[in-house]
Amino acid sequence: MITLHINGQEKSVDAPEDMPLLWVLRDIVGLTGTKFGCGIGQCGACTVHIDGKPTRSCLLPISAVGGRPITTIEGIGASPEGARIQKAWLDLEVIQCGYCQSGQIMSATALLASTPKPNDADINAAMSGNICRCGTYVRIRDAIKQAAEAKQ
Amino acid sequence: MTAQGDAPLNPGRRAVLKAGAAVGGAFVLGFHLPLGRGAPAKPAAQRFEPNAFIRIDRQGLVTLVIPQVEMGQGIYTGLAMVLAEELDVGANQVVLETAPPNDKLYANPIFGLQATGGSTSMRAFWMPMRKAGASARAVLVQAAANMWKADAAACRTEQGQVIHDASGKKIAYGALIDHTAGVTAPKEPPLKAINTFKLVGQSLKRYDTPDKVNGKLQYGIDVLPPGVRFATLALCPEFGGKVDRVDDAKARSLPGVRQVVVLDDVVAVVGDHMWAAKQGLAALDIVWKSGPHATVDTHEVWKQLRAAGEGEGVTAKAVGDATRALSQGERIEADFELPFLAHATLEPLNATVHVKPDSCEVWVGSQVLARAQAVAAKVTGLPLDKVTVHNHLIGGGFGRRLEVDYVETAVRIAQKVEGPVKVVWTREEDIQHDVYRPVYQDRMAASLSGGRIVGWRHRIVGSAIIARWLAPAFQKGVDIDAVDAAVDLPYELADMRIEYVRQEPPGIPTGFWRGVGPNNTVFAIESFMDELAKKAGKDPIEFRRGMLEKNPRMRSAIDLAANKSGWGQPLAARHGGRVGRGICAQAAFGSYIATIAEVEVDKDGEVRVHRLVSAVDTGIVVNPDTVIAQLQGGLIFGLTAALYGEITVQKGRVQQSNFHNYRMLRMDEAPAIEVYLIPSTEAPGGIGETGTTAGPPAVRNAIFAATGIPLRRLPIDRDVLAGKKDAMTGRKTA
Repeated sequence: MITLHINGQEKSVDAPEDMPLLWVLRDIVGLTGTKFGCGIGQCGACTVHIDGKPTRSCLLPISAVGGRPITTIEGIGASPEGARIQKAWLDLEVIQCGYCQSGQIMSATALLASTPKPNDADINAAMSGNICRCGTYVRIRDAIKQAAEAKQ
Repeated sequence: MTAQGDAPLNPGRRAVLKAGAAVGGAFVLGFHLPLGRGAPAKPAAQRFEPNAFIRIDRQGLVTLVIPQVEMGQGIYTGLAMVLAEELDVGANQVVLETAPPNDKLYANPIFGLQATGGSTSMRAFWMPMRKAGASARAVLVQAAANMWKADAAACRTEQGQVIHDASGKKIAYGALIDHTAGVTAPKEPPLKAINTFKLVGQSLKRYDTPDKVNGKLQYGIDVLPPGVRFATLALCPEFGGKVDRVDDAKARSLPGVRQVVVLDDVVAVVGDHMWAAKQGLAALDIVWKSGPHATVDTHEVWKQLRAAGEGEGVTAKAVGDATRALSQGERIEADFELPFLAHATLEPLNATVHVKPDSCEVWVGSQVLARAQAVAAKVTGLPLDKVTVHNHLIGGGFGRRLEVDYVETAVRIAQKVEGPVKVVWTREEDIQHDVYRPVYQDRMAASLSGGRIVGWRHRIVGSAIIARWLAPAFQKGVDIDAVDAAVDLPYELADMRIEYVRQEPPGIPTGFWRGVGPNNTVFAIESFMDELAKKAGKDPIEFRRGMLEKNPRMRSAIDLAANKSGWGQPLAARHGGRVGRGICAQAAFGSYIATIAEVEVDKDGEVRVHRLVSAVDTGIVVNPDTVIAQLQGGLIFGLTAALYGEITVQKGRVQQSNFHNYRMLRMDEAPAIEVYLIPSTEAPGGIGETGTTAGPPAVRNAIFAATGIPLRRLPIDRDVLAGKKDAMTGRKTA
C-alpha cells in the first residue's frame, strides 16, 4: 500500500510502485477528471500539480511522488488562482469539447500562481505543452489574462 | 455585427444538464442543480409530452430532448435555445436530455438517420425544433383559453406562462397539463416573427461547460460501472492482417493482468487497471499474419491516384460547353493534392461494454447513436431493445465517431469478458487504426480571356466515402460529398464541367474528417483562383469580385474581411522574413465566409501565421458567441492540417503514432483570430466545419503572395519554401 495526499486527503492505494499516477487517479481512486491523451507527455491532458508544480501524471510513477501533495482538477478550485481560472474559463466560454481543459486549467493555474501577471511569452511558455484539438487557444490566452486581472 | 471582443454576453442561468439512457432509467451524468430542484420521475400521465423533444411536468419543469450529440460544438445549447424560443420559456427553465438511440424519432433530416456531422445540426433542426416548440406552445395556449372560455388569439405567452391580458389571468405551463387532453396541435403552428426572438441571437452561456472546468463531466472514457475491468488492445499493425499466434505466458504472470483476449484481428489484455492492461500488452509476443495489403505504400497510392486522374471522370455538373470554352483564350492547368489525415480526437477511442446472456450495455460517445446500438446488437445477436447505449458527451468527434468500428471491436472483446470492461485505445492504436481523410487529387483547368475566366474544369479524384457510409446517396458514380462546394461555386462561370473519378486506396479505410468534401475542393478552387488572378494581372480580391456580381452575400463577406484585415496596406515582417496576405472565399455548408491570413515565411521555409480575419454570413445566428468559437477553433484545426497534417503508409503500416510525429498546432503557434458576423435573416447555415476548410487556402495564398511560390500540396513543404525543392516537381534543386 502506498499513501498519497490528493486534494488535501490521504488515500492508501494498492498499486505497483512503477504505476503512473494518471492510472492510479483514474482507475483506482476514481478521480477521472485527469485525462489520458497520449501517454508520452506530449499533450498535457494528464497535468496535475505536485507540490504546486504542473506535472504530467502519465509519466510519473507513484513511487516518485512520495508524500508530496497532489492537486487534481477536482481540487483546483480550492486555490484562489484555480478558482479565478475556472471562472474566467466560464466567463469567456473557453471550452468546446473540454477533454483537454482539465490539463489546460492545471497549467494555467500554476502559471498564475508563479507569475501573477503573465505576458504573452509567459503564456506561450507555460501553455504550449497542452494540446487543444478543438483549437481554443485564443480564448485560453484571453482567459488567463482576465483571471490575472481579476481581484485577488 | 459582432466582433470577437465585444460579443454581447447575456447569460441566462445555466440549467441542469442530464444525459439520457437508451433503455430503462435515466443515467444522470453531470448533475447540478442551479435552481435547487430535481427532476423527479413522473408517470407518463402526469406530464405533457406533445412530441419527442419536449416534456413538461406539473411543477413546470421543462425537459428538452436534444437530438444531436454534443462534442464541443455547442449544439446542446443552440438547439435548446431554438426549442425554448418557440415554446416561450426562459433558458433557465429547462433541463436537457440526450436523445436515446432512435432513428425514427431523432433522425437528422439531412441524412435520414441519427447522425451529428457535416455541419448539419442547425441547418437540419432549425425548423423542426421551431415547429416542435411552437406546436407545444399552441396546445398550451388553447388549453388555457378553453379553461378561461377565452379566445386563444387573445392570449399570449411569456416565460412559461399563458397570459390573458384582458382579464389579467395568468397560468403556468405546468398547471395546464391536465387541460391539454383533447387539445389537438395545429398542423402548421404559428411561428414567432424573427424580430421578436428573445433567446435566438443572444450569446447565452453554454449548458455543458460548467462541469468541464472541475473534472465532473463524465466522458465515455470516464465511466466506472461497478466491477469494471480495464482493457487495451493491439490491432494488426498492417492493414488487413490477422493474428497468427500469441504467446501470453509472460503477460498472464504480471500482477493485475486478468485475461488475454485473442480474436482474429485483435488482441486485448484485460486488467485491474489500464496500467496492468498496458503492461500486459507490452509483454505479449504476438505474431501477425500478413494480409493482402501488407505492401501498401503511400507512394504507390499516389501513383494509382494520379493514374486514375488521367482519365475523364463522371460528370457531376456541367454548365454550357466547357470543352469549347477551355480551347479559347489562355489555358492554365494545375493539380492540387491533399494527404491522408488522422482525426486525433483528444479523447482516444474507447467504449465500455457489459455483455450479459440476455442483454448488453454500452457506454460510449458516438456521433451515430443508433448505429452504435445496431452494431452491438449485430455482434451479440441480441434484439435492439436489449441493447442499452448510454451516450456520453464526446471529447472530440471531427467525424471519427461517425464510425462504429470501435464500438464493434469493444463489444467483440467484451463478449469474452465476465462483467463490464472498459476498452481504451492507446494514442498509438488510435492514430494507426483510424478511418482516414482520404488522399485527393484535384485537376484544375481554366482559360482566361480579357482578365476573366471563360472556361473551367475541376476533376476530383479520390475515395467515395458516401458509397460506404450512406450507400443510397451514392448515385450515378458521383460522390456528392467529394464534389461538394465544387458543384456550387460562389462565382458566376458560364462554361464549366465538374468531374469525379472514384479511386479507393487499397486497404486503407477512409472516412469523414472535419470539413468533409469542401476540405479538398475549396483548397483546390481557392488556390487555383489566386494563380489565375496572378496570370490575369489582378489583385486576388478584385479578380474574385468580378465574378460575384450576383452573389451579394459572398461579396459582403469579402469586403468586410478585406476592410478589417487592412488588405492592400503594407505588412511588416516581425522576424525578418517574407510576408504576405492571402484570401479564401468560400461558400459551403450553407455559409459564406471570407478569410484573410497574414503569414511570414523565413529563409528556412518555416511559416508563421500571425493573424486570421474571417467575415461570415451564416444566416440567422442562434448563439453568436458559439458561432465565433466554432470559427476560431475550426480555423486552428485547418491550420494544423495545413502546417503539419500527413499520414503516410509503408509496408502496410501507418508510420505516425503519437503527437510527436503527428503534430498539432500549439499555443505558441496560434495566430490572433478575428471573426466578424454579418447580420442576416436567411436560414441558418452550418458552422462547425466552416473555419476548418477556409483556413488552409488562405494560408497557402498568403504564402504565394509572400514568396511567389505556388504550393500545390499540403502540408506545406518547408524545403520548397526554403528553395531546396521545386514546388511543381518536388525534386531537390541544385
